[in-house]
Amino acid sequence: MSRTSLVDLYARPMPNRELWSRSYVRDGVIMGFAVGIFAIGFGVLAVTNGLSVAQTMAMSLLVFTGASQFAAVGVLAAGGSPVTAVGSALLLAARNGLYGVTMSRYITGPLWKRTIAAQITIDESTALGVGQEDPRDVAGAFWAGGLSVFFFWNLGTLIGAVGGNAIGDPNALGLDAAFPAGFISLAAPALKHRPGRLAALSGAVIAVVAVPFTKPGVPILLAAFGAAIALSVAGAPPVTGGTSVVER
Amino acid sequence: MSWLAVLAIAGGAFLFKAAGMFGLGRYMTSPKAVALAGLLPPALLSALVVLQTVTSGSSLVLDARAAGVAAGAIAVWRRAPFWLVVLIAAAVTATLRAAT
Repeated sequence: MSRTSLVDLYARPMPNRELWSRSYVRDGVIMGFAVGIFAIGFGVLAVTNGLSVAQTMAMSLLVFTGASQFAAVGVLAAGGSPVTAVGSALLLAARNGLYGVTMSRYITGPLWKRTIAAQITIDESTALGVGQEDPRDVAGAFWAGGLSVFFFWNLGTLIGAVGGNAIGDPNALGLDAAFPAGFISLAAPALKHRPGRLAALSGAVIAVVAVPFTKPGVPILLAAFGAAIALSVAGAPPVTGGTSVVER
Repeated sequence: MSWLAVLAIAGGAFLFKAAGMFGLGRYMTSPKAVALAGLLPPALLSALVVLQTVTSGSSLVLDARAAGVAAGAIAVWRRAPFWLVVLIAAAVTATLRAAT
């Protein structure tokens, strides 16, 4: 068995950069950590509203959509019926289907792998994916963001469900402002071209106008029409990063 | 909450995710459909940002969050890295909350 010398190693073209040097891995871990702190709050809220630890963990492992989980437990806390809880949760989960439409163009591999990819298709993984300047980085960033958030979300839920509230109110730390600001940072590359800017603007306006008249979860679905408005006014986005036109 | 409700939410949530990943996305192959799919994330994520910043349930509210997110947005514009943007937004909001 021959040993690869250092000279050989460096002479070879590097197929991959060092994992940690990829900014999306760093960003994914930071985001996951923040999500994990939020998850402690979910764990506490769930068990104080009558869910067993097993049910609470099943929510975070199987539902794995923060907004839906909080909504379901919130309905129960307010004395609502299980049917209402399921309905509210699913309205908030529907947008992940729209993210899946976009991400399906980048996620390749065997069925089991794409099934896992479907399960981790959420706000965070999609934002990290489409925020990449290079279309070849989109899938890697999506996986990094999705798996990191999955790990920390479940770890945080377990800590909250078993250990109770260890950190106090996460909003006292300003965590509720950290998430939207983080999404702006991640998705900023999509604002470099006119169709992207127009989609973002129309999506935001539609959502804000819809908020007082619709149930939570619906405004963001209606924001999808912002993409259609942008396409008809400004045309297709250029080929850069995750908001681009990539042919299979 | 019953196990039935937990599993109903889990099943439904996964069906939405799978519908996008395995269903609709695979059939949107015309250039126009592909372009539309590419513009969905900026439309949805900007809506998410605005909703997370100025809404509480079904009402619009302007509180310490908006200041933090605005500071974060300026940091993005000044090309600050992700971790710094998150830190600035959280710090501004937390400081305002502590002060009021």
